[in-house]
Amino acid sequence: MPGKLKSPKELEALNKKLAKGLGTDKARVSVCNGTACRPYGSNPVVEAFKAEINKKGLTDQVEFKVTGCHGFCERGPIAIVEPGNIFYQKIKPEDVPEILDKTVLNKQVISRLLFKDPLTKAEITAQADLPFYKNQKRIILGNNIRIDPTSIEDYISIGGYSALAKALFDYQPEQIIDIIKQSGLRGRGGGGFTTGAKWESCRKAHGDIKYVIVNADEGDPGAYANEGLLTGNPHSVLEGLIIGAFAIGSHQGYIYVRNEYPLALKNIINAMEQAGKLGLLGKNILGSGFDFEVRVNRGGGAFICGESTALMASLEGKVG
Amino acid sequence: MKDAVTAIIKKYGNDKSQLVSILQDIQSEYNYLPRTALDKVSKKMGIPQSQVFALATFFRAFSLKERGKHIVNVCLGTACHVRGGELILDSLQRQLGVNPGGTTADHNFTLESVNCMGCCATGPVVKIGDEYFGHMTNDKVEPMLNKYR
Repeated sequence: MPGKLKSPKELEALNKKLAKGLGTDKARVSVCNGTACRPYGSNPVVEAFKAEINKKGLTDQVEFKVTGCHGFCERGPIAIVEPGNIFYQKIKPEDVPEILDKTVLNKQVISRLLFKDPLTKAEITAQADLPFYKNQKRIILGNNIRIDPTSIEDYISIGGYSALAKALFDYQPEQIIDIIKQSGLRGRGGGGFTTGAKWESCRKAHGDIKYVIVNADEGDPGAYANEGLLTGNPHSVLEGLIIGAFAIGSHQGYIYVRNEYPLALKNIINAMEQAGKLGLLGKNILGSGFDFEVRVNRGGGAFICGESTALMASLEGKVG
Repeated sequence: MKDAVTAIIKKYGNDKSQLVSILQDIQSEYNYLPRTALDKVSKKMGIPQSQVFALATFFRAFSLKERGKHIVNVCLGTACHVRGGELILDSLQRQLGVNPGGTTADHNFTLESVNCMGCCATGPVVKIGDEYFGHMTNDKVEPMLNKYR
């Protein structure tokens, strides 16, 4: 890994270098190993792919990625084979050699592993054509499929942290707040409060020391988007956090994660270490003179602590 | 024991706002929060005992009782609840002969419930240690436990 990046130019150069391999028609297999695919047995599938790729000597021909949540948890373990956007579901370790031989090497589709429409019984090959994904526009979670969440290089290769560089060097904090206001971005917690208004009120608030808190203490029935994002694309959370901190003038952030999400915790802590090593977090970020530190706090299993005042009390070491 | 607690407090720089994290680390070390450790935290950090105990009893992740080798977590979050998480809990209670929060006599299992582990699509979910078991049914409970017996 290269040393600290000292300017946006160095980040851009690193992005160009890492992005080189992308967009080619090299075979790629990405297997979901998110929290929901694990109870279905995605770990043995991942191990089988690694062993089989090694055994067949395909390491140079096939790019193998272990990713975070793809979204269609009900059908796990799932894998996507490129080129072709081929979606395989309910994969077992025994299926792995066949996937490599038939699909990856010979571009044949294995119909047994395809999703079948429950009404028409038609087999669907491409992930984008599945009824579940067809009407979704995946802005926040869409990159989960493309990157290994434990690799900052993967995130930078698809343009990660370029928005941070732009925010720090091309704009004043007030301009960033205006852009966010114009974008119409709103909170995703249910209240739908406008983000721009929130940032502005915090920027204008009295007092010198300001904090930004990432609230990942969700607990809505059947919804675990925070978990999916922190597990599958932790650097995107970090990048947004730093931009928000710069806009409101804060130098200390907290990420409050439920302790019931061990994988999310592991991946965000790993992401923070990687970003720190590359000079994207900590003192003098990208040579801009802006300092920002982040601390991770684990929740204690209290549902109420997802509410902001209870969350803050808990951050201060009090009962929520 | 004394040294581990002191080391954990030191790791957080004696920061009172990090009390929840400190208790979590102590619990990871001993599997529960021993009374002597809580006394030590109170004295070392100058926090009233009442406040330390308030935290230790408020958050359901903390246990004041000694726990077993394998922690069996049954998800009773809303999604698992509607998929029958309660029935799995009943079955586990019968098999292990303990109530939620209880530890088996051989100190092998502690039964606990949890509210959502973030994999609702595979509910009802049980987690033992670091391993997840999805789409649980009563039939699957015994074979699952046998892996840890």
